[in-house]
Amino acid sequence: MAENNSNLKFFLTVGALLLAGAAVFTAQNIFDDYKIRILNLAAVYVILGLGLNVINGFTGLFSLGHAGFMMIGAYTAALLSMPPAAKAMNFYMKPLIAPLTDVHLPIGLALPAAGLVAAFFGLLIAAPVLRLKGDYLAIASLGFAEIMRVLFTMAQSITNGALGLKGIPSINSMYFYWTTALVTLILVKQLVNSSYGRALKAIRDDEIAAEAMGINLFYHKVLSFSTGAFFAGIGGALLGFLVTTIDPNMFTFLQTFNILMIIVLGGLGSLTGTVISAIIVAVMMEVLRIVDAPINLGFISLPGVAGMRMVIFSLLLLLVILFYQHGIMGTREFNWNWIINKIKHNGDIGKKGGKSHGAVGNG
Amino acid sequence: MTFDIFLQHLSNGISLGSLYALIAIGYTMVYGILRLINFAHGDLIMVAAYSAFYGVILFRMPWWLAFPLAIIITTLTGVTIEKVAYKPIRSSPRISILISAIAVSFFLENLAIVVFSGRPKAFPQPEIFSKMIEFGEVYIMSLSFFIPVVTIVVLAALNYLVNKTTTGIAMRAVARDYETSSLMGVEINRIVSYTFALGSALAAVGGIMWSMKFPQIQPLMGIFPGLKCFIAAVVGGIGSITGATIGGFFLGIMEIMLVAFLPELTGYRDAFAFVLLILILIFRPTGIIGEKLTEKV
Repeated sequence: MAENNSNLKFFLTVGALLLAGAAVFTAQNIFDDYKIRILNLAAVYVILGLGLNVINGFTGLFSLGHAGFMMIGAYTAALLSMPPAAKAMNFYMKPLIAPLTDVHLPIGLALPAAGLVAAFFGLLIAAPVLRLKGDYLAIASLGFAEIMRVLFTMAQSITNGALGLKGIPSINSMYFYWTTALVTLILVKQLVNSSYGRALKAIRDDEIAAEAMGINLFYHKVLSFSTGAFFAGIGGALLGFLVTTIDPNMFTFLQTFNILMIIVLGGLGSLTGTVISAIIVAVMMEVLRIVDAPINLGFISLPGVAGMRMVIFSLLLLLVILFYQHGIMGTREFNWNWIINKIKHNGDIGKKGGKSHGAVGNG
Repeated sequence: MTFDIFLQHLSNGISLGSLYALIAIGYTMVYGILRLINFAHGDLIMVAAYSAFYGVILFRMPWWLAFPLAIIITTLTGVTIEKVAYKPIRSSPRISILISAIAVSFFLENLAIVVFSGRPKAFPQPEIFSKMIEFGEVYIMSLSFFIPVVTIVVLAALNYLVNKTTTGIAMRAVARDYETSSLMGVEINRIVSYTFALGSALAAVGGIMWSMKFPQIQPLMGIFPGLKCFIAAVVGGIGSITGATIGGFFLGIMEIMLVAFLPELTGYRDAFAFVLLILILIFRPTGIIGEKLTEKV
């Protein structure tokens, strides 16, 4: 029976992947550029959310420094992949320092490099910051992101300062963003379900008990922190390819807030939840542009108010945290067993149904 | 640098430090009782600034009426935030309350953008505060003189409240041991509201003086002062009112002196507070005068 189920699950997974591929293919061909952009942004949010969820949701470290790592990734990828001519156009105030002027790597190399550089900074920062706990960690990681932003604004011969970088290679193919998102999802899922992942969850649930069980707290926290930073770097780099211009003020606390909102809505500690809510948030951000525009209800016409979207989003986050703390998925994950059980259950209600219905566990 | 210029910088540093101290006290009191970084505290500066602005400009009130009214509105806002966003989840993990605080902060900022518009406004400076006073060679705006004086008066009043009144004793009891004091018949909810009211009122006083010192107000004006004042509270030793005061003055004076003595570092000014925070957290996590805390199982 178990054999049967695992075969069935394999086919279902392959089927679902094919279906997703077909969906991406269809979307790429029938949607206009604007809609494709929104869906690509959703993929970027998925990656960023998964990264932050490893730190905040699975390890219980409350990091607010995601925007800083995104910025590092975005700048690394941009500087490595921009053609030398485009760089020369940008750096008219102060020339770019020597080796970077001529570097021109393909995106396939620049992207992992962005993640690695961000992860390296994550490692550097982890040593001092991870000695702190709870809200101190939150404020210190926020501090690091702010320090980074100031340094990036000042280091004009590397980052072009407040002027930012324009003319980053533009990519608007859904395959690129969604494949990266899928690879991220698989990698993070492997990490979370490995013995490392179990150690991270143990640290989240009770740090002292985990230490007593022989888990090396510092090692695992650093691992989690730099993994999160890695994917933040990748996400930041993709954001750069998507919008083609970056500057330090793009990466304020607001960016971290958006990602934090995604993982809280989806459920801290649920990959499925993160994916679902990243897509919902990305799409809602655009759909809710209506409330920013003037509304005419016939009898009453409201003037357009820019910023109304963010009011709604912050209110939404507040309501979720007050009344529905587990978010969409809690710590549960999507699981074929749940669907199979549902179908069986409906098929033969008379017999004693599946013992383990409910989507608890990892599939 | 002549002595006169040094005095000028020192007076600047002291008035900036006073503002930091006033706002930092709100953080430290709330942290002492609820172990919560009240992210929305910085935005109360903005609430106070806009209330005072509309009082003076729109309703044509004299400043001595508009400013106290703004303090009352800010206090009510602070107490409401606690009742709505923190009280229902007080027993949840601390991270949930922190997220709630972040959400409230963003809500206030964006609501302000929608209601007041994002364009900066010029804050009215009553004449009595904007006069220039001459001390020999040193010119000081009367405001720079008023700020420390008001701060000292407010701190003295606070000191009396916290140390001498029954409510103050109850506040300190709750900060020391939340559960035991509730068993001893302290009305926790009333004390928490009272703490938020006091903290918000101080933030309002600080916020109004801040807006007169830097007379351009906008909806996001509270973020940086808020973060810096939290840092000041940590530097001084979080949970302690004296610590927050010392930390506030320390941060304010250091920031001005950094720019005065090393002008080439001006661009890094905003990073300085965070560097200080991280150094303090690593080398002396309990702050300048903080007590040693041990993690309980």
